[in-house]
Amino acid sequence: MSPSPRPPSYTLEELNEETFILNLGPQHPGTHGVLRVILHMDGEYITEADPILGYGHRMQEKIAESVTYTQMLPYMARMDYLGALPYNLAWVCAVEKLCGFEVPRRAEYIRVITSELSRISSHLLWYGAFLLDLGGFTPFLHAFADREKLLDLLESVTGSRLTYCYYRFGGVPTDIDEDFLTNTLKFVEHLRKSLPAYHDLVTGNVIFEQRTRTVGVILPFDACRYGVTGPVARASGFAYDVRRQEPYSAYPDFDFAIPVEEAGGCLARYLVRMREIEESLNIIEQAIHALPEGPIRSKVKKVIKPPKGEVAMAVETARGELVIHIVSDGGKIPYRVKFRVPSFSNLSIFARLARGQLLADALAILGSLDLVIPEIDR
Amino acid sequence: MKKMKKIHTLFSDCCYLKEILAGFISLLRGMRVTWRAMCSRPHTVQWPRETAPLPARFRGHIELVADPATGRPRCIVCGGCARACPSGCIVVRGEKTADSKKKTLTEFTLNFTTCSLCGLCVESCPVNAITFSRDYALAGVNDEIFSRMNLLADMKNTAGGMAHV
Amino acid sequence: MTELTPLRILLSIMGIMVTISINAMLLVWLERKVAGHMQYRRGPMEVGFHGILQTVADGIKLLSKQLLIPDSVDRPLYILAPIVSLVPIFVAIMPIPFSENLQIWELNIGLLLVIALGLLNTLGILLAGWGSNNKYALLGGARAVAQILAYKIPLLLCVLTIIMLAGSFSLRDIALAQEGLWYAVVQPLCFIIYIITITLETNRSPFDFAEAESELVAGFHTEYSGMAFSLFFLAEYSYMFLASALAAILFLGGWSGPLLPGPVWFLLKLYAIIFLMMWFRWTFPRVRIDQMLNFGWKILLPLSLLNFLVTAGVLAL
Repeated sequence: MSPSPRPPSYTLEELNEETFILNLGPQHPGTHGVLRVILHMDGEYITEADPILGYGHRMQEKIAESVTYTQMLPYMARMDYLGALPYNLAWVCAVEKLCGFEVPRRAEYIRVITSELSRISSHLLWYGAFLLDLGGFTPFLHAFADREKLLDLLESVTGSRLTYCYYRFGGVPTDIDEDFLTNTLKFVEHLRKSLPAYHDLVTGNVIFEQRTRTVGVILPFDACRYGVTGPVARASGFAYDVRRQEPYSAYPDFDFAIPVEEAGGCLARYLVRMREIEESLNIIEQAIHALPEGPIRSKVKKVIKPPKGEVAMAVETARGELVIHIVSDGGKIPYRVKFRVPSFSNLSIFARLARGQLLADALAILGSLDLVIPEIDR
Repeated sequence: MKKMKKIHTLFSDCCYLKEILAGFISLLRGMRVTWRAMCSRPHTVQWPRETAPLPARFRGHIELVADPATGRPRCIVCGGCARACPSGCIVVRGEKTADSKKKTLTEFTLNFTTCSLCGLCVESCPVNAITFSRDYALAGVNDEIFSRMNLLADMKNTAGGMAHV
Repeated sequence: MTELTPLRILLSIMGIMVTISINAMLLVWLERKVAGHMQYRRGPMEVGFHGILQTVADGIKLLSKQLLIPDSVDRPLYILAPIVSLVPIFVAIMPIPFSENLQIWELNIGLLLVIALGLLNTLGILLAGWGSNNKYALLGGARAVAQILAYKIPLLLCVLTIIMLAGSFSLRDIALAQEGLWYAVVQPLCFIIYIITITLETNRSPFDFAEAESELVAGFHTEYSGMAFSLFFLAEYSYMFLASALAAILFLGGWSGPLLPGPVWFLLKLYAIIFLMMWFRWTFPRVRIDQMLNFGWKILLPLSLLNFLVTAGVLAL
């Protein structure tokens, strides 16, 4: 990743005398990762914001050119560690699409259940972190209390709590059992009962509303231009969800709504994510009740050698649209892999939104965009 | 009564009574949630005095499995796990002994500092010779304890101290 | 009414030091426990029974830290700031009656003295902000002054209303005048405004801009560490004690209550108000500074003025 294209020329002569530069450094509690933003401030107002990336670059795309398709599986969870299972899903679906593997129905349903659980876990964490940015310390812990139950569920299936390596080409490696199904249904009921408390504590709160309703409004035209996807786009009126536009896995079997808000501010993004949690709970419930019996993995060769060609697979992660583009030359190691990550486009609109805002508002906007910097830097 | 409800709002434009009343009530609702939270049981476990239950599929670092009949490791030194590992953590070495055509395991070293607990090694083993351990309270005084984990020695120690390979 | 002899002054200063220290210890522990339980966890549990000695452990740690004074600070102001914050407490607690006969200094303008000395906390913050020679600390200090200015006037109007009702500036007389009916019942609006303003004056969430929870850095006490930092901490909790004591006397009848002795009731009421402030902190997100100033000047000030005029009108009839 190259640094910011504009050469740093912050000499005194070029600076407006009344502004000063504030470095929201790579280490800052408000930037959710190693993001550096150089802010030109006029008193408390921001005149310009310049994000500098690259502090977390780990050469994932280059690594993909040196390991086999199977060996790339654990790297996917490390890109977005908060909602990791949809990333696993993207990789296995992309390779299955390239090679033409069939996946048994039971495995597809298991994949959907676990991916949606991962999405809920990501949104719960975002809820806590967003409120932490705004100065409310308690909702973070309330969300984590529920999230722990969810992570226990996923741990009983996959063995991991954060960086999963659960899906394989052709299905899933280990099956789920009756205990998991009962506990998941119990969890769905529990979270449905807890969500009103979340809304009481935060959503209706007049302080929260005043700080987020009119802040960081993204107009639909800008959303389109900057390529934002996910809840950020849906909060500006775009009903764009990859699970509807380009369905994959078992999503066509389920009946779920795509939450859309028109206002486009931080509050709208918050509301979209809270409603997405409810929709994910619906999907999980439907999937569990309709879970088919059968094998969980189809027979595939141990060494995957896809035919020569390329494939692009789009998946809806918790943050937006992830696209994986694989170019294969027929060997067991990919020729080129390109990841289009949602946080990168979502961050690009921050520089525009932050202009003219108070610092407190800029941090609220950054929190509401739900960025995970390691996936931006890959 | 009306005057009492006008307070506790943080609107910049004050005028509408209904909005102000709603703002006040919203703050009270929030306080009710935290009051209920305060009066309910804590969710935490006082570690190390109490421990939380460990699930069956918990992934600790890998360990060698001993064949119950012979006490020797099941490993046939095929090297599949070392090849499957994305990070190259595993070093497997064996030698052919005089009395058998198969190789016998002489070294099985794991570099746990680069292991990502992905499980590809466990899945790739044709004889189920490695499995995840349930070790989670890991602490050591030097780097070697984790970067060169001698799994063969660990297995022999736990399997009753069998000295022969 | 006893004379203020030098012996009495000496004994009272020692007593106040003990009170403040125990109060700070108790409040830090209470804050962490309340925060913990509101967040489904337990707070400190290790040091002492349910963590009661945790503050002692933290205090020992803070005392053992090196007293770092950066080179670029304005030395007199830097050193004076925590002292200016803390010392007025010693005098401000003197007129407070803990029960009918338990008062260090019976002063006929006791209320005025307490409020005037309570203002010096802000002076300490401003000195810290300016003297630190650090633009973030200065921002924190300037914000604190703006916040106090906006809310001092509604506070004074509320207090004036109570003075009108009781007919005296003496704290003991005000508490005695509430026989039978507490002023919180007679003047609920006044009570609510007072609670909001003291949450602000003591820089508590949701109004804690000047403090450690600022978006940027640690606010006005960025450059302080060790003993000096703990002095500011002590000052904050002592002002909470003072403001709640005043609330208990002005609105909740001071020491009155059945069965239990007077001082016990007084302390119960005092700590109930402090618990209320802690409850606010752990429930609400932070208000933005311009929204807070708007609220103070455009809502609280007209309301408290209206309340004052209406009370004056009713009393005149």
